Amino acid sequence: METLEIIGALVTLLGSIFIFLGGLGIVRMPDLFNRIQAGTKASTLGTILSLFGLAIINEAWIWKLLVIIFFVLITNPVSSNVISRAAHFRGIKMTDKTVADLLVDKSNKPGEE
Amino acid sequence: MNIRNVTNLFVLLFLIWLLLTGTFELTSLLLGIVIAGGLSLIFGKNSNVFGKLRLTPKVFIYSLHYLIVLSWEIVKSNVDVALRVINPKLPINPGIVKVKTKLKSPMGRMILANSITLTPGTLTIDIKDDEFYIHWIDVKTLDPEIASQEIMGKFEKILEVIYG
Amino acid sequence: MVNTILIVAGVFMVLGILLSLFRFIKGPDITDRTVAFDVMTVTSISVIGLIAYFAGRIIYLDVALVYGLLSFLSVVAIGRYIEKGL
Repeated sequence: METLEIIGALVTLLGSIFIFLGGLGIVRMPDLFNRIQAGTKASTLGTILSLFGLAIINEAWIWKLLVIIFFVLITNPVSSNVISRAAHFRGIKMTDKTVADLLVDKSNKPGEE
Repeated sequence: MNIRNVTNLFVLLFLIWLLLTGTFELTSLLLGIVIAGGLSLIFGKNSNVFGKLRLTPKVFIYSLHYLIVLSWEIVKSNVDVALRVINPKLPINPGIVKVKTKLKSPMGRMILANSITLTPGTLTIDIKDDEFYIHWIDVKTLDPEIASQEIMGKFEKILEVIYG
Repeated sequence: MVNTILIVAGVFMVLGILLSLFRFIKGPDITDRTVAFDVMTVTSISVIGLIAYFAGRIIYLDVALVYGLLSFLSVVAIGRYIEKGL
C-alpha cells in the first residue's frame, strides 16, 4: 500500500519536472512556433503524468481524474493548432535558423476545416 | 434526421455524465437521460462524424494498439524536446514542411492531425484537402514522401485499418 | 514521505508557472502571450489537483475541469479573433 503511494508520488514528481521544462522552453525558444512546440506539449504530458500519479495514490478518484486527462488530451492540440494558424496568418517573424516555409508561397487564405 | 448519429451522441454524452457525477441514484440518472437526450436531439442532426465508425472487434483491438503507439511516441519525443531545451546550444533546425496523407475519412484525418500535434517536435499548422502543413523542429528532409513516412508513418498505418 | 515528494512536485509546478508568467509579461506579440496563458492554465490544472489531494476533497477536481474548459474556450476565441476579426 505504502509503496504504491510512493510510486504515485514519484510519477507526479516526474510530471512536474516536465512542466518545469516546458516553462523553461517557453522562455528560451527563439520564435512562436518553437515556443508552442516546447511549452504546450511538455506541459500537456506533465499534467497528464501528475494527474495519473494522483490517481495511483488515491484510487477512489481515478474516474474523475481520467475524465480530466481525456479532456486535456483532446483540447490541447486543438488550441495550439488554432494559435499557430492565427500566428502564421498574421505573418509572425520566424527565427533565423528556419530552414523552409512551404506554406508561405501558397495563398494566405486560411483553409477549410 | 439520422437516428444512428443521435443514438451514438446520446450514448457518448450519457457515459460522460456517469463519469462526472459518479453516482447511480435514480434522480441523477433521470436528469442525465433528459440532458443527454435533449443535447443529442439538438446537435445530432448535423454531426455525421460518428456515423462512419464501424464497431467490430478488429477496430477495437487496433484502437487500443493505436493508443499504446501514441503514448509511446508522446513520451519518446517529449524526452527528445526536453533534452533540446536543456542543452545550452539550443540545437533546433525548424521549418514548415508539406506532407500528403492517404486517409480519406474526415474523422481519421482529424485524429491524425491531432496526434501529430500532440507529439512534440511536430505541429500541424494548416490542412488543405489531403495536404498537411507541419512545423517540424528538426527538419531532416523537404521531400513530401520521405517526410510523410518520417512524421506519421506509424499512425497512418493503424488509422487506415480503423477508418478504411 | 508521500507528502514531501508532492510538495517538491508543487514547487516545480509553481516554478513552471512563474517562467511562463515571464513570457506572458515580456511578449513581444499577442500570440506569444496567448501561448504563455495556455501553458499557465494547463499547469494550474495539476496544481489544483495537488490542492485537492492535500485538502482531501474530490469536488475541487470539478473546479479544475471547468477551469480547463474556460481556458480552452478563451484560447480558441482569441485565435479566431486574431485570424478573422470579430
